[in-house]
Amino acid sequence: MTTVRQISVFLENKSGRLLDVTRRLGEAGLNIRALCVADTSEFGVVRLIVDDPHKAHEHLKDQGFTVKETVVIAVEVEDSPGGLSEVIKPLVEQEMNIEYLYCFLEKSQDKAVVIIRVEEAEQAIGALNVAGFRCIPPEELYAM
Amino acid sequence: MYNPEIESMDRDRLKDLQLERLKDTVKRCEEMVPFYRQRLHEKGISWKDINSLEDVENLPFTTKDDLRENYPFGLFAVPTREIVRIHASSGTTGRPTVVGYTSTDIEVWAELMARSLMAGMADKSDIVQIAYGYGLFTGGLGFHYGTEKLGASAIPISGGNTKRQIRMMVDLGTTVLCCTPSYALYMAETADEMGIDFKQLKLKSGIFGAEPWSDRMRDKIERLLNLSAFDVYGLSEVMGPGVSIECEEKNGLHIFEDCFLAETINTETGESLPIGEQGELVFTTLNKFGMPLIRYRTRDVTSLSDEPCACGRTHVRMKRVRGRTDDMLIIRGVNVFPSQIETVLMQIEGISPHYQLIVDREAGLDIIEVQVEVSEDMFSDRIRGLEEWQQLIQSEIESYLGIGVKVLLAEPRSITRSEGKAVRVIDNREL
Repeated sequence: MTTVRQISVFLENKSGRLLDVTRRLGEAGLNIRALCVADTSEFGVVRLIVDDPHKAHEHLKDQGFTVKETVVIAVEVEDSPGGLSEVIKPLVEQEMNIEYLYCFLEKSQDKAVVIIRVEEAEQAIGALNVAGFRCIPPEELYAM
Repeated sequence: MYNPEIESMDRDRLKDLQLERLKDTVKRCEEMVPFYRQRLHEKGISWKDINSLEDVENLPFTTKDDLRENYPFGLFAVPTREIVRIHASSGTTGRPTVVGYTSTDIEVWAELMARSLMAGMADKSDIVQIAYGYGLFTGGLGFHYGTEKLGASAIPISGGNTKRQIRMMVDLGTTVLCCTPSYALYMAETADEMGIDFKQLKLKSGIFGAEPWSDRMRDKIERLLNLSAFDVYGLSEVMGPGVSIECEEKNGLHIFEDCFLAETINTETGESLPIGEQGELVFTTLNKFGMPLIRYRTRDVTSLSDEPCACGRTHVRMKRVRGRTDDMLIIRGVNVFPSQIETVLMQIEGISPHYQLIVDREAGLDIIEVQVEVSEDMFSDRIRGLEEWQQLIQSEIESYLGIGVKVLLAEPRSITRSEGKAVRVIDNREL
C-alpha cells in the first residue's frame, strides 16, 4: 500500500481556531509535514499530514474537535516548471476526478511532494506508476 | 394505576365530581380573593350561577400578568398561616410569579406525582433519580414528594454535576430517571465520554418534561439511554409537574381531571373550542386551596381527546405540547415553533441532537439561522460533503415549514449544554 493517511479537522470561521489545532498538535509532540486549509465564508476544513496520524486523530478528538482520517496519495515530482502538470496528466487521461491537491517541498532534495485526494486511490497509484512516478510510502512520508 | 378508583372513574361520575368542585372553587375565589370577586362581579356572575360544566365558559380568564400584578400573595385564597410551601417561577421576563400551597395541596400534588410516576412504569421497588432542580422551581420537590408517596426510593440529586449523576446511576442502580429531555441527552453524551454504556445500566424508564420535545427526540433519548421515555406536563401556576402524564400507550397525556378542568380556546378571541380542536390550553383548578385559579391561560398549544384509552384511564388526553404561544416565532408571517424545527433535525440520520435557533432581522426581513453541531457522521474532508449537509438540512426544513432558513455548521460542543431547561431560541430582533 502506498497510500498515506491525512487527517482533516472541522473549524468554524472564528479567530484563533487554526492556532488551537496547531498548538494542540505541538503539545502532543506531533510534527506537521504539510497543511492545507479549505474554507467557505462560514467554516473551514484543515487537512494535515503529520508524523503520527493515528495519535494526532486521537489527541484532537479528545480535545473536542471533529476529526476524520482520509486516504490520499503522495507523489514525488521534479521541482521544475511543468512538474505538477506531468503528474495530473495521467490521472486526467484515466478520467479520474481530483477532489483537491496541495504540494510541499522536500527539505533535502530538489523534489516536491504532491498530496492528491481522489476517490479511486489504488487506481490512481497504478496510473502514476505506469507514467513513471514514485508514490511515497507512508513511513517515508511521515518521517520526512 | 396508583388510584384506579379515580383514574378510571366513569366519565359521568367524573363530571359530577368536577361540577361540584368547580362550584366550590369559584365560591372560595369569590369569597376569599378580592381580585376574583371584582372580576366575577364585572361579568355579573357568581358561583351560584354555575349549574353545569359548560358554565365555565362564562367565567373570566386569569393570565400570567394577573399573577404578576398581584405579586406576591394577592391571589392566595387562604391566610398565610395556612400556607406551608411557596414556590416561584424565575423572573426572567419581569417579576417572578409566586404560588402557595396548603398542606392539603401538598398532599394532593404528591398523589398526582405518584400517579404520574406509576404511569411512567415506576412502583415501590424502584430507585428514582430526580435530576430536576430542587428549590423554587417545582420540578425537583414535586417529583420528590411523589416518589416518597409512591413508596419508591428517591435520590434527590437535583440538576447539575453530570458526571456524578452518571456515577450514581451506575453505583445505586437507578431504575427511573426524571429530568428535562435536553438534560437527558446531555447525560447520554457525558456517559459516552466517560466510557459508560447505558445498556449496562438498570434504567427502565424516564419521565421527562418542563420543556416541549418532539417524538423524534423521544426516539433519540430512548435509543441513547436505553429506556422508555414518558412526557410529563405541568406548570407551577397550576400546580407544578403532574398536571398530566403519558401512559404506556404514549398517545397523549392524561390530564388529572379530578383536580383540573381543561379547555382549549381560540387565543385571539378567547372563545372556547369544541373538544378535539387545537387551541390554547386553559385550566381551572378543582381542589387547590392555597392558590386556586379560574381559567388560567397556559399559552400552551394543544388539543384534547376524550376517546377511550387502552390503558383504562378515563381522563381526557391532551396532545403533546408543540410549544407555547409565546415561544412561537412569527417568521415572515409564518408561525414557527422551535419544536417543529427539532422534529426535522431529529429525523435526519447522523445529526447531533444539539441545536440552537438564532433569529435576526436584516433589512426588515426575518432570518432564522439554525446552528447544528458537526458530528463525525457528517464530517468529511471535502467542503462539498459539508455543503451537501447544509443544503439537505435547509431543504428538509424548508419543505416542512415552508420557510427558508440559513444553516450554520458549528463545532462540536460549541452549543451551550443545559442542565435544566434548554435555551433553543435566541431572538435578536427588536420587535
